[in-house]
Amino acid sequence: MTYIIKGDTGDWEVVIGLEIHCQIVSKSKLFSGSSTTFGAEPNTQVSFVDAAMPGMLPVVNKECVRQAVRTGLGLKAKINKRSVFARKNYFYADLPQGYQISQADLPIVGEGTVILDLLNGETKEVGIERLHIEQDAGKSLHDQYPSKTCIDLNRSGVALMEIVSKPDMRSPEEVGIYLRKIRSIVRYLGTCDGNMDEGSMRCDVNVSVRHLGEELRTRTEVKNVNSVRFAMQAIEYEAQRQVAVYESNGEVVQETRQFDASKGETRSMRSKEEAHDYRYFPDPDLLPLVLEDGLIEELKAELPELPDEKKDRFMQEYGLKKYDACVLVVSKKNADFFENVAKGRDAKKAANWVMGDLFGVLNKAGKTISESPVSAENLGKLIDLISDNTISGRIAKEVFEIMVETGKAPDVIVEEKGLKQVTDTGAIEAAIDEVMTSNPDKVEQYRGGKDKLIGWFVGQVMKATKGKANPAMLNEILKKKLSE
Amino acid sequence: MSNKLTDITISKARDGLEKGEFSAVELTKAHIEAMEKTKYMNAFITETPELALKQAEKSDKRIKEGKAGAMEGIPIGMKDLFCTKGVLTTAASHILDGFKPSYESTVSANLLESGAVMLGKTNLDEFAMGSTNHTSYYGSVESPWKKNNSDEKIVPGGSSGGSAAAVSAGVCMAATGTDTGGSIRQPASFTGLVGLKPTYGRCSRWGIVSFASSLDQAGPMTRSVRDAAIMLGAMAGFDEKDSTSASIPVPDFEAALKKDVRGLKVGIPKEYMADGLNTEISALWSKGAEWLKDAGAEIVNISLPHTKYGVPVYYIIAPAEASSNLARYDGVRYGLREEGASLDEMYANTRAAGFGAEVRRRILIGTYALSAGYYDAYYIKAQKVRKLIAEDFRKAYENVDVILTPTAPTPAFAFEDKSINDPVTLYLNDIFTIPTSLAGLPALSVPAGFSSDGLPLGLQIIGKHFDEETILRVGHTMENAAEFTAKPVGGVR
Repeated sequence: MTYIIKGDTGDWEVVIGLEIHCQIVSKSKLFSGSSTTFGAEPNTQVSFVDAAMPGMLPVVNKECVRQAVRTGLGLKAKINKRSVFARKNYFYADLPQGYQISQADLPIVGEGTVILDLLNGETKEVGIERLHIEQDAGKSLHDQYPSKTCIDLNRSGVALMEIVSKPDMRSPEEVGIYLRKIRSIVRYLGTCDGNMDEGSMRCDVNVSVRHLGEELRTRTEVKNVNSVRFAMQAIEYEAQRQVAVYESNGEVVQETRQFDASKGETRSMRSKEEAHDYRYFPDPDLLPLVLEDGLIEELKAELPELPDEKKDRFMQEYGLKKYDACVLVVSKKNADFFENVAKGRDAKKAANWVMGDLFGVLNKAGKTISESPVSAENLGKLIDLISDNTISGRIAKEVFEIMVETGKAPDVIVEEKGLKQVTDTGAIEAAIDEVMTSNPDKVEQYRGGKDKLIGWFVGQVMKATKGKANPAMLNEILKKKLSE
Repeated sequence: MSNKLTDITISKARDGLEKGEFSAVELTKAHIEAMEKTKYMNAFITETPELALKQAEKSDKRIKEGKAGAMEGIPIGMKDLFCTKGVLTTAASHILDGFKPSYESTVSANLLESGAVMLGKTNLDEFAMGSTNHTSYYGSVESPWKKNNSDEKIVPGGSSGGSAAAVSAGVCMAATGTDTGGSIRQPASFTGLVGLKPTYGRCSRWGIVSFASSLDQAGPMTRSVRDAAIMLGAMAGFDEKDSTSASIPVPDFEAALKKDVRGLKVGIPKEYMADGLNTEISALWSKGAEWLKDAGAEIVNISLPHTKYGVPVYYIIAPAEASSNLARYDGVRYGLREEGASLDEMYANTRAAGFGAEVRRRILIGTYALSAGYYDAYYIKAQKVRKLIAEDFRKAYENVDVILTPTAPTPAFAFEDKSINDPVTLYLNDIFTIPTSLAGLPALSVPAGFSSDGLPLGLQIIGKHFDEETILRVGHTMENAAEFTAKPVGGVR
């Protein structure tokens, strides 16, 4: 699974660290009471504070702080009882204050760990460097007028968490898994909705390459990547580019780059020399953020079961294979659905139905589990109908298809369509007799030693009973009759 | 004391209004007339006489209904650093051209709520940066005071110079000031007024145009200690919109004046006897100590060893914060905009045209102090020394109740003095007021005497955190002893 770039000068490995910006789920902004609803008309969710009117002062939204602490706990990280808001100073038209309130030296969350389940079944730990809280900027709209730029301040002041990893990842695959894992954790916690296409989660990717065993080389930072796929593509491109630079005796320069999704390449934005001097200093409008006694413990106690714990429990409690457990716990809704189906039933069968049949249907239709036409209750009932021999597994697939189409309960469908399994010995015997009587030659051949014909007989009888004959009974009676 | 409506104190006006000796409208009209007569001072950037009369009418109604607030019907000036709803707010800067806030600062709202009548927005040094009122985009303010036998124009001090001139001349009964390094106390000293800088956190900063967030504090400028107590009570209070405002109750400051100073220990810091301290001021300081001793206080010599670092520390921290606080004046959303071919050019054109020389100087100093490679040497070090200065006071207060010092090392400057164009001389004029600001302590300037050429001089009483009551009490005693009754020749009192 190692990701190696073969070069003329030897093998290269790629070293990746991520800064993920997550929009904190909260009703109002980090330092003002304005709403944070996505997609509102431009400049309709802007307070005097967000617009940086003279004399306006920030007041921290305690719910955002709690969300950051929850996230820190979910990342198994150290929570700093005392942290400090700092100003990051730079001029831009969509940054009304002329600075972003962020955290520099003393972030609210310190070091933590995230465990990745790799595709080959191995696990890998990625270190978390820190998590800090900061304000989002507004949005510049350059396409409204030919020579003017419009500013929408709805996003201005919205709370973000920046989760900074250590440079622990070594392949695009690992980055993909890491991003999905972080998204899964914050969604479980309800601290970020993780919707990368709406911009509520985006990342900056730091990439460098080196020969195996070397010290770290110069890194570049690809800014504002807004999908898992793009992040992986950007890394692949950037790693190849850097290797090519080194192998043509060039030097990689430290710079920020942007990813062009349409071309799949990265482009230079600004070099180190053009980089801003952000003049960070503690925000004198805000006192140091000191968490009340007991807050961390309180939030810890309220923490939901997170993907890793759920995965372990699914493996133990339901005897699921690791891969299956991993797939099921990615989304809490999927996991909950599975548990509702599995409750009091054969968990492996439940997992097969959920992951195989149901996910197949949903993926094909591009639907999420919340939009599933088949409820957990009904899928459970379907499994029950198989277990108590009301229908056969084959008929069950048929019933499932109707459930997908109509959303009806399986027992109703079985009743309406008369799909109930025939377990009446007499009826099965009669059907067998008829097939044997109409096909004396086949009976002769079977009795002459052509054992394989048993399948043909089963098929004929099933056809005659419209598939409803109990397969076990059918087999037993048929064998008996043929060998008479 | 005279009975002229433009010469009475708030406490006296309060009685007169209650007894029906005059109405709030009459009181306001008298002051509007005074404003007309003293236009030469340039004390106001915006006058709001119509608004004032409307407010006065409402005050009369409330007085009749027995619902008078603490400042009911009292005509005041509002330093033009306070955002006032629907009324031009400039910070004396070109960059805020045409800016009419849609909101009212907490302190001005508190004052209006208590019945105060706003006559207008008073002039100041641009963004409160200055000690002469010469840096205002709207022109210098002239003090109503004159030297003996001289017609030289005198500065009222700064940055709250317009407020100082207006109250001193009898145009308003009191005015708001803001004090970052001495901007209430120094002009109070220069114009014979009482000026109180409360403890940092006592008054909300919400809606006051920020200069240096960790130092800015609003306070009253009045003609008596009692008036300062009354007005502070109306201004102060916890405000959840200002994270640095203190969540503690507001005491009855006026009630504190009932107590005398017997048994109080008054500290005299030796470091304030700086080399070359003006002998008149030095003598007045001794006299002040004598008055308090005669009234029963004990005089104790103390040391505040880090005093000498106050001015350099202040001139790193205040500009650093200002450089960031003033970044929002970028021509994008309000105020002045000078177009440019690019966004950066628009910024440069706007800020070059919008900010005056002193503001630009401080933005540059502050930007430098925060820059990569200099931050540790300047900003971080200054913060460390700031802690040492605060620690000096903490230790001193283990032995004393208040500290007595001069307010300023000089009397008011004349317009012609060369020194008023020299930033270093001016920065050093805050030498006695800055350490208190850095420590966040309350301090009161009380008029105590005169220079040999007849200009007012003040003494400063510094208190413990949130102990405005004791400094008002000491100030009250000093006021009685000093019998400062002189009036400026250029006023209407």
